[in-house]
Amino acid sequence: MSGAAEFVKGSARLLVTGGRAYKAWVAALLALVAVGAIAYVHQVRTGLIATNMRDQVSWAFYIGNFTFLVGVAAAAVLLVVPAYVYQWKPIKEVVVLGELLAISALTMCLLFILVDMGRPDRFLHVMPLLGTPNWPRSLLAWDALVLNTYLLLNVALVLYLLFKTYRGEHYDRRIFLPLVLLSIPVSISTHTVTAFLYNGMAARPYWNASILAPRFIASAFCSGPAVMIILFQILRRTNRFPIKDEAIWKIAELMSYAMFLNLFLLGAELFKEYYSATEHLRYTQYFWGGLDGHRALVPYAWLSLTCSVAAFVLFLIPRTRRNYVTLNLGCLLIWAGVYIEKGMGLIIPGFTPDTLGEIYEYTPTATEWAIAAGVFGVGFLVFTALVKIAAPILVGTFRAPERVAAPGPSGAGFPAH
Amino acid sequence: MSERKSLPVVADAPADPSRRAFMRTAAAGAAVAALSSCGVEMEDFLRGHFKEFSPDELRHVLAKVERKNLERFGKKTTVSATGPRPGVEFGYGLDLSRCVGCRRCVYACVAENNPSRQSPQIQWIRVMEMDKEHGVDLAHANHYYEADAVPRPGKFYMPVQCQQCRNPPCVKACPTQATWKEKDGIVVIDYDWCIGCRCCMSACPYGARHFNWATPTLPADELNPHQHYLGNRPRPKGVVEKCTFCIQRTREGRYPACVEVCPVGARKFGNLLDPESEIRRVMETKRVFVFKEELATHPQFYYFYAT
Repeated sequence: MSGAAEFVKGSARLLVTGGRAYKAWVAALLALVAVGAIAYVHQVRTGLIATNMRDQVSWAFYIGNFTFLVGVAAAAVLLVVPAYVYQWKPIKEVVVLGELLAISALTMCLLFILVDMGRPDRFLHVMPLLGTPNWPRSLLAWDALVLNTYLLLNVALVLYLLFKTYRGEHYDRRIFLPLVLLSIPVSISTHTVTAFLYNGMAARPYWNASILAPRFIASAFCSGPAVMIILFQILRRTNRFPIKDEAIWKIAELMSYAMFLNLFLLGAELFKEYYSATEHLRYTQYFWGGLDGHRALVPYAWLSLTCSVAAFVLFLIPRTRRNYVTLNLGCLLIWAGVYIEKGMGLIIPGFTPDTLGEIYEYTPTATEWAIAAGVFGVGFLVFTALVKIAAPILVGTFRAPERVAAPGPSGAGFPAH
Repeated sequence: MSERKSLPVVADAPADPSRRAFMRTAAAGAAVAALSSCGVEMEDFLRGHFKEFSPDELRHVLAKVERKNLERFGKKTTVSATGPRPGVEFGYGLDLSRCVGCRRCVYACVAENNPSRQSPQIQWIRVMEMDKEHGVDLAHANHYYEADAVPRPGKFYMPVQCQQCRNPPCVKACPTQATWKEKDGIVVIDYDWCIGCRCCMSACPYGARHFNWATPTLPADELNPHQHYLGNRPRPKGVVEKCTFCIQRTREGRYPACVEVCPVGARKFGNLLDPESEIRRVMETKRVFVFKEELATHPQFYYFYAT
């Protein structure tokens, strides 16, 4: 395909051209990736003892980040549902951007799993045909399958849609629509399977509650769209992206309902633990009030709750929802709230106290922070690159040469803002 | 019972290992360069699952472990892969009324099973000190008691190690089938198949599984040269390990090291299928219970109060 070579060349040109802000942003991300890479080399050399994980708390920061990002990946595509229901005009753009976010989030998810593995050199052992995946009993084997399926599905959809649009052709609804519709249940199943990974462990009463998967979905409906709202605003400015205010406000409204559900489920969980006050209460106590003088997570627990409640109020009241200052503040609050709740707030109390009642108080090491920063660097870099190529295609400034009357796609980058 | 199976049961192997081996070879190409630069040997990268080994492959693998032991410790070792004996299912009994909390079992286990000595210090047996007035109460258990003399007044001691569950949550959780339950009841791990994801550690209700957070530190003069492939052979960095009822001893008809060393006879071990065994006598004449019975893991490790 001669068009493909042109497409790759044009995309590469898009990636290297850009304003000063774009270049600074990419340079900063590359620096993050470098920091992460150096830290990872250190971790590979010394072993996971470079982290503060130990036998008592055997999963921690990496797996917490993984869990949060699975939610982001799932929720971005869920935006397709309201887009269809409310018949937004720029449905194609919403779908593509949601999928771009999902691709970046999934890249980060897989990287977080990789850096958490004691023997990353043995990754083949979990692959179908190549290794011996523990089908169908192991939830991690399931998780590997659904995450990779979801990633492939998104990559296929995005490539198809963007290449077609680039060629100036109409996409075939008979291919596009079934794939989009399929991506919705797959996105929900990735998050559900990830919840089941924890949920299924009877050894950890903090996770062994059926409310876990519904709470995962509810909080994912908040964190994923929060990214999209901010992204829409950036793209509207830089690429004259056709997203109406009403669409953004509608997303914000839906987010407030999701957050209400999330908070309600949290309340239901807290009631059950504190009122019945069995020995299982200790994990919840460790998170919300500290246990035997161990209080490392307590400030985070209340910070998370404060952020979530504040965001809920901001998104519920129409006036603050429609004001872009309070709207964006709400998005940041939601990110902070859900990041703590789904990350450290879910994983660490599951292990504290451990199965024999011992309390080992975990806090991440500098190596863990650096590696996590590196993974986020890779994810944001992937996302930036994808959006940098996709946005000009979607607004029609980046087209196959034979389709454009005007000379070349060279002027298709972001205007320097 | 003189008949002894010296090789793993190949009938349990997943279908068509040759296709798998072919796929592995085919897929390996790209990864080779990257891995060899990290010091991972091609042969290890391409090897199959323990249960897929032919008798020849197994002999080769065992010889290789012995060779590596010699390189690393400068000491000759014997590594076997003795299989389960037919008609044997191991059971373990621990008499809580006798245990004095001396932790001799902990250190006999360390001397026998070649775990890492320092950073991380790995011990397969954990002895908890508890108050007699509370009974078994994990919330108030003391894991790190230091006493001039044991037992201390008002206290009792509860040792915990792998319970060799009949319904093992760890085996269910493992994404690669790197850990499984053998026919004689021992839950084993292939340290060369484990990917170090630690799902099994999250799943285990007994804190029985331990991770090699760094390359294990094991002085050559403390190395036990009598080794089993699925048991006490030295472990690499980044994999999980646990108690195997001293598989290298018990499959040869000996007692586990912890049973042998216990100065008060609190530890009983034997064949559950043999009506004359000591463990059967304990179960028939004493009140036995299993730890965290509500989780339905059905341990082959029983606690009891003899007096």
